Amino acid sequence: MTKEDGGRRGRAGLDRRSLLGGAAGVGGTLLAAAGGARAEEAAIPAELPEWSRYLGPGVDDEPYGKPSKYEAHVIRRNVEWLTASTESSVNFTPLPWLNGIITPNGVFFERHHGGRAEIDPTKHRLLIHGLVEKPLVYTMEDIKRLPCEDRIWFLECAANGGMEWRGAQLNGCQYVRGMIGCAQWTGVRLKTLLERSGLKPNAKWVLAEGADASALTRSFPIEKALDDAFVAYAQNGEALRPGQGYPLRLILPGWEANMSVKWLRRIEVGDAPWYTRWETSKYTDLLPSGKAYKFTWVQEANSVITWPAPEHKVDGPGQYMIRGLAWSGRGRIVRVDLTFDGGKNWVTAPLQEPILPKALTRFYYPWRWDGSSVIIASRAIDETGYVQPTITQLRNARGRNSIYHNNAIITWLVNSSGEVENVQVA
Amino acid sequence: MFKSRDFLLAGAVAAVLLPFTALSAAEKPIGRVPTAEEIARWDIDVRPDGLGLPPGRGTAKEGEEIYLARCASCHGEFGEAVGRWPPLVGGQGSLTWDEPIKTVTSYWPYATTVFDYIKRAMPFGDAQSLTDDEVYAITAFLLASDGIISEDFVVDAQSLPKIVMPNADGFVEDPRPDVPKGEPCMKDCVAEVTIIGHARKIGVTPEDKARPVTD
Repeated sequence: MTKEDGGRRGRAGLDRRSLLGGAAGVGGTLLAAAGGARAEEAAIPAELPEWSRYLGPGVDDEPYGKPSKYEAHVIRRNVEWLTASTESSVNFTPLPWLNGIITPNGVFFERHHGGRAEIDPTKHRLLIHGLVEKPLVYTMEDIKRLPCEDRIWFLECAANGGMEWRGAQLNGCQYVRGMIGCAQWTGVRLKTLLERSGLKPNAKWVLAEGADASALTRSFPIEKALDDAFVAYAQNGEALRPGQGYPLRLILPGWEANMSVKWLRRIEVGDAPWYTRWETSKYTDLLPSGKAYKFTWVQEANSVITWPAPEHKVDGPGQYMIRGLAWSGRGRIVRVDLTFDGGKNWVTAPLQEPILPKALTRFYYPWRWDGSSVIIASRAIDETGYVQPTITQLRNARGRNSIYHNNAIITWLVNSSGEVENVQVA
Repeated sequence: MFKSRDFLLAGAVAAVLLPFTALSAAEKPIGRVPTAEEIARWDIDVRPDGLGLPPGRGTAKEGEEIYLARCASCHGEFGEAVGRWPPLVGGQGSLTWDEPIKTVTSYWPYATTVFDYIKRAMPFGDAQSLTDDEVYAITAFLLASDGIISEDFVVDAQSLPKIVMPNADGFVEDPRPDVPKGEPCMKDCVAEVTIIGHARKIGVTPEDKARPVTD
């Protein structure tokens, strides 16, 4: 065994406790807080379990693997009352049960506007046209022959946290910040495609269009197109899932994910924005004055504590690891602060490597809970010096009707029973 | 191990040297120049200045029947909405209210966007099934329903971009960051912490028996 293997096993050992807890919860038997029950729980079982005696399935029973049945609660969830139909709706990444910075493809949140298109890749085309010298249409095979890159970026819906503008509403980390995921994307820079067609001098704006039943369109400036805009065909090592735009999607790193058009079929270059429905009627931020911010593209610095969280219970006084995520659409996270008294005092939590621009960043912090009621929260600071605001600061700037871009500090109340609740403080 | 590294290095060199933009005629090209007809099949977008609007026309009178047949089951007979589907008309002047009513006629800045969106995505579940005349007529019906145009106003590629929507001046450029800047406070930042909202008391979080209580 190498040293590296040993390290990995050590880390896996830390998770054993959570696996046991999860299994007990599914079975409906809550862990008793009493010392006797704890000792029993931690004891090496007297009987040899069946998995130690009998053979498990062979290598041919599961050509595409699934998580353990004991992880059945780690799923995307939606909030039925949010939308009129599930085809134009959103589901949420189960952040409180995930680790690291990469979101597994099967639980990466989805937001569709006309349902999840199921596209035959041999019939998919990408058209580049408009203010270019030479319009070009590509097959998927063509696109995979172009210079490619692997990049890690988050995608976050502009409405992440949107239900909390008017007050603490949804009691779950998954619902409060789950419209986000982070993945390693493989694909081609949009710049490569635009340069192959040749931009005309008056090329100022770009329109991206999806091939789904909403034919979703968004405008963005040529500067973004020539900077880090990306056309991805793979996510975390495999082809995009249909829910993420298979076979091809746009990615505009750090910007509201609605612009990262899925099922990408067309890129048009123009000299002015299009003002599509999705950049006027929606994804604009209404202010108390009746005016609204338009073209609010960047997802500002944000963070959330994923353990403890309302989905978990702190099981008695003792030592724990606070786990959390931070991110910024403007670049790297440089610092995350934590409070245990509702914001009176703060301490800085160490960040885990890798710390990548426009990607999720992990923080962990050892915490000793004494069994009293505490109010915990995290605050992210990015490399531009931007400090994640309080909900009061955001409301002072934008009121309560913005719907989008709520990156306010999320606060959990841990009561003396160890139950965790989403609260807002002032 | 050594062999595969050699291969990787060779691959990297090849990637750098391959002339991606100047393939000889014998080689398989990457991408194809589409015909104008091919582009036209997909290029249906419309801009506020009218660029992209197709030939055709319609009035509110013509649009009423089409609207009732193709739109009203979700959006209501008068655009007031059925259930949670979006209302399309009404709400003018409500944007400063505590509960603003954001509709096509109260919030959308450009009439061209109405045409563009109906043509590409409506009716929900039967996209791009309307003729251009029908889209013009439905657009006219919606705008006339809230008094933006008259019932016999002919909406076409020339007239639609000239219609001024009530909220045309309602949008400002993104000024963010719009929250306080500077080094954040670390110690004795607030005198008193008050909990102003409890998610549990609201009681709208989906129930989920599969979710474990502890972890």
